[in-house]
This record gives sequence, C-alpha cells and structure tokens, in this order.
Amino acid sequence: MDLSHIEHTLAQHGAWQGKYREIMLLGKALPAMPDALKTDAALVKGCESKVWLHLDLDEQQQRLVIIADSDTRIVKGLLAIILACYNNQLPQEAGKLDAYELFDKLGLIKHLSPSRGNGVRAIVERIHQQLQVLQ
Amino acid sequence: MNDNPCIQLRRDFPIFEVSVDDQPLCYLDSAATTQKPNQVIQAVKNFYQSQNANVHRGLHTLSEQATTAYEAVRAKLAQFLNVQSREIVWTSGATASLNLIAYGLSDSLKKDDVILLSPLEHHANIVPWQLAAQRTGARIELLPVDAQGILQLEQAKALIEKLKPKVMSICHASNALGNINDVAALIARSKSSGTVTVVDGAQSLLHLRPDLQQLDCDFYVFSAHKALGPTGLGGLYGRYELLNALPVYQSGGEMIDTVSFSGTTFRPAPEKFEPGTPNIAGVIGFGAALDYLAAQDHDALFRHEQSLYQSLLQQLNEIDGIRIWGDTANNVGTVSFSYKNEHHYDLATLLNTHGIAARSGHHCTQPLMAHLGIEGTIRVSLAFYNNQQDIRRFIVALKDTISLLEE
Repeated sequence: MDLSHIEHTLAQHGAWQGKYREIMLLGKALPAMPDALKTDAALVKGCESKVWLHLDLDEQQQRLVIIADSDTRIVKGLLAIILACYNNQLPQEAGKLDAYELFDKLGLIKHLSPSRGNGVRAIVERIHQQLQVLQ
Repeated sequence: MNDNPCIQLRRDFPIFEVSVDDQPLCYLDSAATTQKPNQVIQAVKNFYQSQNANVHRGLHTLSEQATTAYEAVRAKLAQFLNVQSREIVWTSGATASLNLIAYGLSDSLKKDDVILLSPLEHHANIVPWQLAAQRTGARIELLPVDAQGILQLEQAKALIEKLKPKVMSICHASNALGNINDVAALIARSKSSGTVTVVDGAQSLLHLRPDLQQLDCDFYVFSAHKALGPTGLGGLYGRYELLNALPVYQSGGEMIDTVSFSGTTFRPAPEKFEPGTPNIAGVIGFGAALDYLAAQDHDALFRHEQSLYQSLLQQLNEIDGIRIWGDTANNVGTVSFSYKNEHHYDLATLLNTHGIAARSGHHCTQPLMAHLGIEGTIRVSLAFYNNQQDIRRFIVALKDTISLLEE
C-alpha cells in the first residue's frame, strides 16, 4: 500500500467516520503479528492501546522492514500508514521523516495529531530510536 | 417533565453553547470533572477583578475582605457536610488529601497492622497507602468485590471484624463504575475495632450530598472540580481530635505559630495543614458552587440524574453485545460498559466523531479492571445538567459506531 494511494483514499471522505472506516480497512489489510513476537520488549510504551513493533533491515538491500500490530482497529490502521511511510526506506532517509508532516499531508492532524492518546508520537519515537541503534 | 428544574439549570452552564468539532457538545464525562455554572465562573472572575488580595496577611481592607470571604467558604462547606469549620482543610484535591492523611497516619501504623481498602479504589486511594505500608510494615488487605464489580457487604462486614484494621479507606462511590458503597454500614462495623475510617468522596459530594455525622467517618476527602467548582482545589474533613493529632505534612508560611532557629511551633488544625498562599480564587469559586447547590432541591436533582441513568441503562440493554459493569441498583449515574470484544479505544474514538465526550480506559483503577478481567471500559457519567437528548444522541452515536466497527 503506497502513501499516495492512502492519501487519495482518505481525501475522498469529508466526514471523520469515513476516514476512520478507511483507516480501519488499512489495519485489516496489515498482516497480524504472530503471538510469539508480541513480547514485552516489543511493546511501545506511551500508547493507550497495546502496540508491538519490530524493526530490522533486509539482508540484501539494507532497507527497513518494520512489522507492527495493535489490539485496536484504529491504531492498527495508523500503524499501516506509518509503515507505508517508513518501510523499504534506507535508514538514513527514514531518519529524516517527520510523522507530523505525514499526518498533516493526509489531513489527519485534527483528530490524530501525534500528541493525542493514539500513541503515534510514541510509535514514531520508537522507530527513530531503533534507527539510531542500527546506524 | 415541565416541572423538572434541571431543564432550566442546564442554561446556567455556558459550555453547552460551545461547539466541539462543529457539533454541539454532548458531555458525558462528569465523573472526570463537572462543568461550571456561570455563577462559579463569575465568582472567580470577580475575585481577580475586584477583590484580589492574599489572605491571613496584612491589615489592609482588601486582605481582610479576601480573608473573610475565604473563611466564609470553609464555614459554608462545613455546614454543607454537617461538620465544624475547623475540621475542614483545603488542599489541591482529593489526591493531595489522601496523601496528607496516609502520610499523617503512618506515625500510628506498625508492622502487620492492616490497612483495609477495596478493589474499587482509584489509584489515588491505593498508592499513598502502599507507600505508608512500605514505610511502616503495615499490610494492605482488600474488601471482597464480586465478578460484576459489586462490594459484598455482608462478607465485608465479617472481614472487618476478623481483621480489625487500623485504617479503612474506601470510596463512597466508585469512579469507574458509579457504585454507591454502603460506607455507613462498614464504618459502623469497624467502630468496635477502633479503625480510623477514611471515605473517598470524590464521586459522592455532588451526587449524594453526604451528611458526615450520619456517615460517622473520621476523614472524608473531595475535589472541588467534581462538584461544579474550579480545578486545583479540594479538601478534607477530619474529626477534629484525629485531624489535629496528625503530623505536619508540608510546611512553610501561614501554618506556623512561631519560627526560630532553635525551633518552630505550629498552629492548630486546619492552619497547620495549609502552608503557603492557598488557592483563594478556587475557594471563592467553590463557595459559589456550594451556594448554587444549596439553592437547588437536591432530591429533584438526584431524581433527574436517576431517571436519565435508567433510560440510558434501558437503551444500552437493548443493544445486543453490551456488557454493563458494576452495581446498577445503587449508582450515582455512571455507566461503565464494554461491547463484545471491541477495544474501548476504538469505541471512544468513533464516539468522539459524533461530539460525544465519554471516557475510555481503565479510569485510574487498574486493579479493578484486572479483577474484572478487562483492559478498560467506556464510561458514561451523568450530572443533573444532562438531558434526555444527550442520552438519545449517545445511543444513536453508539449504534452508528457499532455498525462501523462490524462492517
């Protein structure tokens, strides 16, 4: 799922119920994380819901591979958006990404600004922390 | 319904003229904080505009007037609760009050003494006691609560007789579930053991307007902002001999008798627990809240809240998959529910798109949620300024939310 497609889909909805419907559909399309990977170490602190996240680089191209899951439909959809933004990037490119700009661009800032209880800020901080460890 | 005074009272609350996300506000989170009537807002504004001076200092007229107004609210609250003025201490809120009491009672606790709490308690009525237990070696025991979240009164009474707790601290009404606990019965049962009894009244001051002589508790704590008053203010009642015997918790100016480097003596309660400049504007605003409440027929407000509560319960029960927690027979008007396996975060986020302000999560009662075997609930908490339209809007939004989740 690429970002421009997500942007186009979300822009079609004026009402928030419609945007959330699309966000939840994105979450449904995100593969479920196997329970064995839902470890305490993978839990992202600072989220109202549970979020698990693993980050690695693929062996050949050294590009980001993030897998993530949540126990809520909406946050799982937000994770799908964040992953669409970060996955397959080179670590140095990914380090320059700004989630606030991303959510602004998608028209999601009003309800989903990274400071809200959805944990977007905590999720993005976790990704950037792990990126630094990789570099 | 035409003779229902609450329909008119709603107009005293300017927040209901406000739009949130382009929708009229549907405020169902009064257990978190109540809205404020114009009278309270004006009192705070007037104080800063024309009466502002520090209290208990200086002889100038404005200071004298501020002191008189400030102390008059203490007397007003004492009358409201049917206790003496000197038994009321102002604090920053119920949390600060519980910390003051738990710290103060630590001196009289020793190893293996029992501090009796319940699984229904707010974290603020758990953690200060855990710290007191750590300091003293006392141990925390819990009153029995069933799988629905209801205190088991007869078993609780038996447990009190068996354990003979040194301290018992319980909520008058549960913030998470709204249950009203029969604290008077528990306190009566603890008398023969000489238990010091503390009642967390954060959820009861507004809805139940308790007579503390009837409750017969030793301490009662509250937050002003949950009873129409400003935030940042609360207080406690303490039976005077017990209150005055508590050690100083925080120190500074205004609470001392004499200060010298060879030693300092303190004023008697309540002054010795009120160091520094107090929340004067908050107290003045709370005075207006108490005047407002005293001018209403409390029974009429309670009947109105209960009738809204009953229609909310009835309409929720008609939705397949709703699970309501807590005691619906004795309740201050708070419904805590879950829907099938849906996460409360998703429900609350989607409800918010309809302008519904409801609380979701563990409501600062993680041990209770663990006891019920859930992560959290959606909590709808009512006050007298709500109306049937709020309930209708909520139910419509909930049904819409459910259909969106189940697409």
